[in-house]
Amino acid sequence: MKHNFFYHTGRYCILITEAFKRPDRDRVFWSHLFREFKNLGVDSIGIVAIISIFMGAVVAMQTAYNIDSPLIPMTMVGFTTRQSVILEFSPTIVSLILAGKVGSRIASEIGSMRVSEQIDALKIMGVNPPNFLILPKITAAMIINPALIIISIGIALFGGWLVAALTNLVTPQDYIEGLRFWFDGYTVFYAMVKTVVFAFIITSVSGYMGYYVEGGSLEVGTNSTKAVVYSSILIIVFNLILTQILLT
Amino acid sequence: MIEAKNISKSFGDNDVLKDISASFEPGKTNLIIGQSGSGKTVLMKCLVGLFDVDKGRVEYDGRNISDMSFKQKKDIRKELGMLFQGAALFDSMTVEQNVMFPLNMFSDKSYEEKLERVNFCLDRVDLENVNRLLPSELSGGMKKRVAIARAISMNPKYLFCDEPNSGLDPRTSGLIDDLISELTEEYQMTTVVNTHDMNSVLNIGDKIAYIYKGELWWEGNKHEILKTDNKELNDFVFSTELTKRLK
Ligand SMILES: Nc1ncnc2c1ncn2[C@@H]1O[C@H](COP(=O)(O)OP(=O)(O)OP(=O)(O)O)[C@@H](O)[C@H]1O
Ligand SMILES: [Mg+2]
Repeated sequence: MKHNFFYHTGRYCILITEAFKRPDRDRVFWSHLFREFKNLGVDSIGIVAIISIFMGAVVAMQTAYNIDSPLIPMTMVGFTTRQSVILEFSPTIVSLILAGKVGSRIASEIGSMRVSEQIDALKIMGVNPPNFLILPKITAAMIINPALIIISIGIALFGGWLVAALTNLVTPQDYIEGLRFWFDGYTVFYAMVKTVVFAFIITSVSGYMGYYVEGGSLEVGTNSTKAVVYSSILIIVFNLILTQILLT
Repeated sequence: MIEAKNISKSFGDNDVLKDISASFEPGKTNLIIGQSGSGKTVLMKCLVGLFDVDKGRVEYDGRNISDMSFKQKKDIRKELGMLFQGAALFDSMTVEQNVMFPLNMFSDKSYEEKLERVNFCLDRVDLENVNRLLPSELSGGMKKRVAIARAISMNPKYLFCDEPNSGLDPRTSGLIDDLISELTEEYQMTTVVNTHDMNSVLNIGDKIAYIYKGELWWEGNKHEILKTDNKELNDFVFSTELTKRLK
């Protein structure tokens, strides 16, 4: 690599500071924000739904499979599925998937603007490009991803219910009772904090990787891959840090 | 008036620009000519502040752009239009949105006024019925013309064109040249044009700077360029069949 870790961290911080300036035109910012709600949020609902339903089903099955002691009530299946989905599966796994989907999209969009000099053209006009290009994406993801994760939790729990309804591992009544058992709102808060931080990581890291593409379309591809890899690694690391801070 | 004072620029150990001093006058079409790879684009990007110069400075009517704050640079950039070598149109926007973009960002005109301005600019570059098209649906020459329309939409005081007619047929290329020189006179803009097209040079070269391997080799106008006995410049000027006959 041409530059070291500190170079990238410094340049990343400068870029994000530039991005968080006041937009030149509020109206333009809002219209971009709404476009990103669609691009980053609405367009991701499909994949989030598919992953979540299977994820919830598998978690429910595995839990049922693991409970072989008659001393443990079968309501534990619903309870454990709920806890695992809220605490880990929805916020972390879905964010990782979004890092792949949204991250590569952002990096290649901004990267191709870089190599075709569109970013220079913005600059020449007196527009602040990071602010114009990256801020709406960061903001949109930090607002819309929590909604996606809530949807994901709902669908995953429904996936678990399907297992209960279609197999004889656990009865739907037990499953539902387990879902309602000893619910602590703090777990949802924890999930939302993680989601928002992950959303920031995904959009800002991919924005950075796209913004500093040097070369041509080949490098745009390389950098979008890097965007996905780096944001995934950061998500895993911050998952640990946030869990340490919020749950222990 | 734009003045470059002793500017040097290198990338790693590639010294692209070597101590260049030149001035570009208002109301005139100032040409920068030179072979491919001689540093024309880099010089232009230094002039507009997209590249920081290693040494020297660039002044816009006495205002030094290198040590300006972000805010001051921004104000100057609103007076500046640039046509990039590859057009650099925003490919997610239609032609109309591209040309309207600077107006949307920096003017308080109503939509109708902006649209009128957009159509006026598109008309100036001889484009009709393209408002709704995307850049990917345009030919290379049309892209260039849309980019010119976008560059002039804010009535800039300084206009930069990086090879406005590369890739265009001789007739369209002539039209573009005429357009640029007309606009320059009409609005008394300071226009800087990069080119290696001898037709443009002889057509609109009010003031010509010849860059040879990153150095300012020769300065003059379209009449003087045919009479010079500078060897490198002669090699450049009389490299085509047409110009050889001219001699
Ligand atoms: N961003 C960059 N990084 C490194 N080197 C560069 C960069 N841009 C240009 N160069 C180098 O600077 C030199 C001059 O390039 P430049 O683009 O200015 O040529 P040019 O005169 O515009 O040529 P053309 O007529 O083909 O457009 C070349 O050797 C090129 O390799
Ligand atoms: Mg060039």
